[in-house]
Amino acid sequence: MNIQVTNLTKKYGTQRAVDNISFNVSTGEILGFLGPNGAGKTTTMKILTCFMAPTDGDVNIGGYSIHEDAAEIKRRIGYLPENNPLYLDMQMLDYLEFVAHLHGVDKNKIDKRIAEMIAVCGLNVEKHKKIGELSKGYRQRVGLAQAMIHDPDILILDEPTTGLDPNQIVEIRKLIREIGKEKTVILSTHILPEVEATCDRILIINNGKIVADGTSEVLRKQAQSEETLRVQILDAKNKDEIITSVSALDSVSMIDPVSDMDNTFIINSRANQSSKRNLFNLCVEKKWVLTEMTPLETKLEDIFRELTTN
Amino acid sequence: MNEILVLAHKELRTFFDSLIAYILITIFLGMSGFFTWLFGSDIFFIGQATLQPFFSIAYWTLFFFIPALTMRMLSEEKRSGTLELLLTKPLSDWQVVMGKFLACLELIVIALLFTLPYYITVSFIGPIDHGAVISGYFGMLLMSAALISIGLFASSITNNQIVAFLLSLVIGVFFLIIFDVLSNSFTGSFGQFLNYLSLSTHYESVSRGVIDSRNIIYFLSLGYLGLFLAESVLSKRNIVE
Repeated sequence: MNIQVTNLTKKYGTQRAVDNISFNVSTGEILGFLGPNGAGKTTTMKILTCFMAPTDGDVNIGGYSIHEDAAEIKRRIGYLPENNPLYLDMQMLDYLEFVAHLHGVDKNKIDKRIAEMIAVCGLNVEKHKKIGELSKGYRQRVGLAQAMIHDPDILILDEPTTGLDPNQIVEIRKLIREIGKEKTVILSTHILPEVEATCDRILIINNGKIVADGTSEVLRKQAQSEETLRVQILDAKNKDEIITSVSALDSVSMIDPVSDMDNTFIINSRANQSSKRNLFNLCVEKKWVLTEMTPLETKLEDIFRELTTN
Repeated sequence: MNEILVLAHKELRTFFDSLIAYILITIFLGMSGFFTWLFGSDIFFIGQATLQPFFSIAYWTLFFFIPALTMRMLSEEKRSGTLELLLTKPLSDWQVVMGKFLACLELIVIALLFTLPYYITVSFIGPIDHGAVISGYFGMLLMSAALISIGLFASSITNNQIVAFLLSLVIGVFFLIIFDVLSNSFTGSFGQFLNYLSLSTHYESVSRGVIDSRNIIYFLSLGYLGLFLAESVLSKRNIVE
């Protein structure tokens, strides 16, 4: 199911929590929603799930508009809200059954779906406990289970892996990837490696506006048009000799010695040029020994920081 | 409709799982039983086989009993954030309010069923007016419906249970006494208007066995008003926050 967001705006008083944003998500895509606290991620998700009406703009989900067909949209969405609210005084199995009934899951299939969810989310050990007696990680799994119990076309997850142990995180990511093959998934997170590991596409928003949209490779390329290398060169007479000869190369724009490591330098190339070959040839010519040449990638953290700090 | 029943069923189970139901029913039966059978101008002094004393006492016990039921219904959902969970399921605001209403009404019906032994006992004592008893129970149900919707409205505007409890008592006091008292100090159409607003006027006539369409319209519209306001307060999140 496609999601089409057009000129969405939500005002809280005079503050624009979401400011005229538009984007599309197509079936089988996993979209990662990134942004600092208060950027408008959760507000956008609340509007997509029909919890809150926008001040302006429209969301079209599989041909249904949030203004007219909220009930139809709600039936097709599985949602894990921020902070994972749950009825703590209910037993887990009763709770899952309640959610399945609310979603109108066929009565004969409810037991089967619950059993599947318990297996998928690893809830079997704790299934007879009250939700209030579960640990944070298990509650998170219950939250995921209730979001997926009616086999929704769209899954919207607000920070799905908080409170899980590393093994469970890997499993949940695998599960999200699995679901994302056929369904549309939108997830928000603060954990940047998680976005890279799970998402096909990243949307970074700041102050209610979209500041970046694309795959992690595209974002990297945008942020880093020039090549950066870390090299270690041995057997030169002194540092200055290396610096002068390397700067003389056509493709090199800048060379900096790394202060706490001997014989190590950071070398920036000019835009759209590579200096790897030239450097190697230079070392051969001068009889220096090249012991390290590492291309430095801009980390997603850096991109994120650059786009969201003013 | 199905969703309303699913929610009502879940709420009713929560009442019984969390002991609230047992405690409240015990208190309700204890209080009304004590004042009906043991204390003051009780049922034996009237010289007539009638449940009238019980209906007058239930008027006050329900007044305290119902806010205790409704106080957490919406406020707790708001406080813990589960309201968001509920409203992103295929449920409208109105269905949420109706589901909660129905659950409370069902619990009241269960509590009232436990008072049927009073009726049976009194009918052994002497000839009892069965019509008046049925009408009295009907009146209690109508009054409960009105008080539940007032309670749900009070619960919708706060996320603190105690505030919701006190607020529904305050609103309840207006309908149970204050309008009645005021109507005595005003004459003319304003006095009549206050008299019509007072819940006691309508409850008394129904529990005496006189059911007038005016009484039924009064209870139903008061109930509807409370539920409508509760829904409006929930929907307010769409406009501003």
